[in-house]
Amino acid sequence: MPAVIDVQQLHKRYRDTVAVEDVSFTVEPGEIFGILGPNGTGKTTTVECIEGLRTPDGGQIRVLGLDPRRDRAELTQRLGVQLQDSQLPDRLQVGEALELYSSFYRNPADWRALMELLGLEDKRKTRFGKLSGGQQQRLSIALALVGSPQVAVLDELTTGLDPQARRDTWDLIEGVRARGVTIVLVTHFMEEAERLCDRVALIDAGRVVVVDTPAGLAERAEAGQRIQFRPSVPFDDGLLTDLPDVTDVIHRGDVVVVTGNDNALNAVTSVLARHQIVARQLRVEQASLEDAFIALTGKHADAGQLYTADNSTGRN
Amino acid sequence: MSVMTATPPAAIRRSALLRLTISELKLLLRERIRIFFGIGFPLILLIIFGSIPSFNRPSTTFGGYTTLDIYIPVLIAFSLALLSLTALPMALAGYRERGVLRRLQTTPAGATRVLAAQLLVNLAMATASVIVILAVARIGYHVFLPRQLGGFIVAALLTAAALMAVGLLIAALAPSGRVAQITGALLFYPMMFFAGLWLPLASMPSGLRHFSHATPLGAAVQALQDASAGHWPHPLQLVTLAAYAVVLGLAAARLFRWE
Repeated sequence: MPAVIDVQQLHKRYRDTVAVEDVSFTVEPGEIFGILGPNGTGKTTTVECIEGLRTPDGGQIRVLGLDPRRDRAELTQRLGVQLQDSQLPDRLQVGEALELYSSFYRNPADWRALMELLGLEDKRKTRFGKLSGGQQQRLSIALALVGSPQVAVLDELTTGLDPQARRDTWDLIEGVRARGVTIVLVTHFMEEAERLCDRVALIDAGRVVVVDTPAGLAERAEAGQRIQFRPSVPFDDGLLTDLPDVTDVIHRGDVVVVTGNDNALNAVTSVLARHQIVARQLRVEQASLEDAFIALTGKHADAGQLYTADNSTGRN
Repeated sequence: MSVMTATPPAAIRRSALLRLTISELKLLLRERIRIFFGIGFPLILLIIFGSIPSFNRPSTTFGGYTTLDIYIPVLIAFSLALLSLTALPMALAGYRERGVLRRLQTTPAGATRVLAAQLLVNLAMATASVIVILAVARIGYHVFLPRQLGGFIVAALLTAAALMAVGLLIAALAPSGRVAQITGALLFYPMMFFAGLWLPLASMPSGLRHFSHATPLGAAVQALQDASAGHWPHPLQLVTLAAYAVVLGLAAARLFRWE
């Protein structure tokens, strides 16, 4: 079967800022494909090109065999979209929004059933502006599905949801996939990608770092443990980097972050004790997909800032 | 997949515009402040003017017409301007700011259709407002209905078109709903001055009057007053209004940003 989405050497800049340097990947029928990466690395720009909202400056995109810009009319019929922070008029009711959007499509889904599926049936007469963040998000997912799309692109699906709502949404997405919809999920939550995605494209600085299954990514990274502490006195990094169990030592202000295998904690604490350095505010974390990302992109030094900074260019 | 579906795309597009228009109309009716501004506010001014005894006496300055006769076209222009210069751009720029337009761009309906729906709803509201003003003036204050009705309708439609083009241009250029609202309000007062809200056109010195006639609302009021008095509006004013509608409308279409 041909790929549902085929992106080849996508390149996009805004004035002199390069948003997407070189991105290629394919999405197979029926899979949940994750586009993962820190904020501001070109994830949203990539999917906006797929949705036909932006014109690429270079490269090729095919969605269901269609050109997103040229075959717009046909594509919008078959591609469901959930945009990052886009809203509805405050005074529009849930039921009205679903009914309105379903009237745009030639094969709409039953919007009442969809409303029920998303647990919004008792909110039917509620205005968009009066919905909670989670309910607005669910409505936005319902609207992405109301045209019975073959492909759904969901951008920052669970951002702003509480943990319970997030888990409910994940269940829902698995249900949608079970009905044969191919899903592209843009996220910066590693946990979400681990839970939902069949395959993940790691994007960093406008490039695809790697495409693999979530498990495959964690394996590649072999990230082990991460140990953080505030040393009582400054010391030479060599003390720790010489240890066979330690792979990396970095400084964030006066906090030292040590990455290593499962024996690293033991090794580090004994060396510190031997040199009479007290490790204050000691914290140990197991490696996650997040560490895998850091390991795979080689971005340790500014990794902390990677996850918080950005949005300086507005949309990313 | 669904090449065989029964509904042809053109029908879907038509029905999408219809649905969007109905939906925008519902939203408008829920927004009482807009109704007040479009219809209530001019109506209150009409009642105030109508209650001033001297406004109801024929005046030689106005060729035997009462001051109220002269003011009805001004109030109509006032109502159309309030709708087109403040309510319309605020709604559209707000939609853009909140991503409503972007969201619609990703559906088969497209965002152009919601603009069209907004214009239709605005036009409906303008029509309602004109009818209410004329009816209240006729019933409450014995002001004659426009004697040249055809000319009056043409002038009113061109006025609405010219003003909505100004409103669209504001919406195209304003970065936010708030800025759109303020810009509209700032344009509204000088434009209303040239419409003769404070100083009737007929009482203006001739240089000022000529300048007024070159502004959208000055041309509008002159054309509406002529039609009310039973003459076909002067082509110069109709052409002026049409030119504003076309030039500013095209500029707005070129400059409009969807996000």
